[in-house]
Amino acid sequence: MISARLIPQLARLAILLIVVTFVLGPLTVAVFGGFKTNGELLANPFGIPSHWNTEFYSALLNDPSFWKYLGNSLIISLSTVVLTLIVAAAAAYVFAQIRFFGSKMLMSYLLAGLVFPFATAILPLFIKVRDFGLLDSYWAVILPQTAFGLSLSILLFKTFFEQLPKELFEAAYVEGCGYIRFFWRFTLPLSTPILATVGVFAFVQSWNNFLLPLVVINSRELFTWPLGMMQFRGEFLVEWNRVLAFITLSILPAVVFFVAAQKYIVAGLTGGAVKG
Amino acid sequence: MSNATSIRASKSNSILADLMSSKGQAVLLMLPPAFLLFTLFVALPLFDAAYYSLFKWNGYGTPTDFVWLGNFRQVLDHGIFWQSVRNTLIVLAVSLFIQLPLALGLALMVYEKTPANTLFRLVFFLPYILAEIASGLIWSFVFDGNAGVASALFKSLGMDPVFILADRHWAFLAITLVVVWKYFGFHMMIFVAALQSVPKELLEAARLEGAKRWEVVRFVQVPLIWAAIGVSAFFAVVGSLQLFDVVIPLTNGGPSNSTHTIVTYLYTFGLTRTRIGFGSAVGVLLFIAAVGVSIFYQRQTNKRSK
Repeated sequence: MISARLIPQLARLAILLIVVTFVLGPLTVAVFGGFKTNGELLANPFGIPSHWNTEFYSALLNDPSFWKYLGNSLIISLSTVVLTLIVAAAAAYVFAQIRFFGSKMLMSYLLAGLVFPFATAILPLFIKVRDFGLLDSYWAVILPQTAFGLSLSILLFKTFFEQLPKELFEAAYVEGCGYIRFFWRFTLPLSTPILATVGVFAFVQSWNNFLLPLVVINSRELFTWPLGMMQFRGEFLVEWNRVLAFITLSILPAVVFFVAAQKYIVAGLTGGAVKG
Repeated sequence: MSNATSIRASKSNSILADLMSSKGQAVLLMLPPAFLLFTLFVALPLFDAAYYSLFKWNGYGTPTDFVWLGNFRQVLDHGIFWQSVRNTLIVLAVSLFIQLPLALGLALMVYEKTPANTLFRLVFFLPYILAEIASGLIWSFVFDGNAGVASALFKSLGMDPVFILADRHWAFLAITLVVVWKYFGFHMMIFVAALQSVPKELLEAARLEGAKRWEVVRFVQVPLIWAAIGVSAFFAVVGSLQLFDVVIPLTNGGPSNSTHTIVTYLYTFGLTRTRIGFGSAVGVLLFIAAVGVSIFYQRQTNKRSK
């Protein structure tokens, strides 16, 4: 009897470990690769480095343009988060709290963004951004990115706001508290979980965005890290160890952030999925 | 109408007047930012795409060279476009028929709440959070025929190294492998959440009736999480339609344009050559495909809920 239960258990564990290797294998190869000389990388691409050379990592850490790329990404991502939270929460609050003529139609208009791929309108978007004179600026990334994230953010906020107790608003209203003040005083402070979820999502999406910065940013001064990474890859075509070091250092913040914020990421995922 | 609600209704009627001002202010202040941003950067570009797609235009000045459906004809006559459609369909098929079953199988293995399972879920989900562009670059090293893991693998088998990403037959399969690596954890997470919400009593009852493990899966768990499977399939399809970032560092559409997806095709033949009209036409076709998928999905979910 024991063996009859043991065999499926072992099989399960074996499968899980194979998948773990599949997932983590390439990542460890990248981390180790940054410590190897190019010669060693050729001879021993996936093993533990025989000698831990830190020069490739430290060369990057001392490279001001590397920090510039990360800084640009950080500025753009944080601005996107702030803008998304304010704009989406305000709109969702109106939809959740106030009935007015045309609110249903406006709501479905703003949610239509859930349906179509970002790439559909990338060319006209480029023209639009250029005509506004925003090309090659932080705003060229921040504004369209926020706009495209609005649909999902409004949906998540609205669902959450509708679950807040209605009695609270009625009581506050009798006390003479208006809609906008109620939003600041009560709704937002009660909504920290959903604020965190939407914020984390907007941040990750912005941090990883490639297509939009690629299209609207030209000067290296403003490169986000994905653009910087592709530039770096072009310059060090045969020096894989440097490229791997670059990748490792730039995804490290994302991994740390992920482990810290995974609760909110999963919440947003399942919340959005259930509604989607 | 019950007493309490009628009192509440009359009360809200009596204070309707002063409510109007606060209400009106809120609507007028809190809605326009979202409306404006969305209109300027999402809705208008979409209409522009439809408009530009009727012109031959390099993006400078105003579009004047009206070609009616000429751009669409050009796109549909382009062999590489159809290759990109075929590739997109391959990603779609792999996502639906390999990735989703894999994700479901793994979800069934790790959905129960134990510390070990939490760790497995975390690891499986990790690739989803990493930038596509970085993932693609890491894998392009793995597949590298000179220095990569693949070359070492071939050498250890005593074979000549194959440049997977430079090989017309293998390059796109390699891309689909990276797509599975990147996204299976996302789908697994959706399934895990759904499986956790299935009442334990139902599983117990099935087991007491003498159902085997796979029968519980087949007849209890899978039917109960069917909605989540639908959501996940929808994401898989929409995601396949817009695949771009992963492909760029891996093959950039090559060798000889054999690994384009619809979006890398749009980027390469529309944007980098500033053929705004042509690229917009591709965008419009992509939009039609996405809307078609959404309508199909809505229909299916409505049918099920009836």
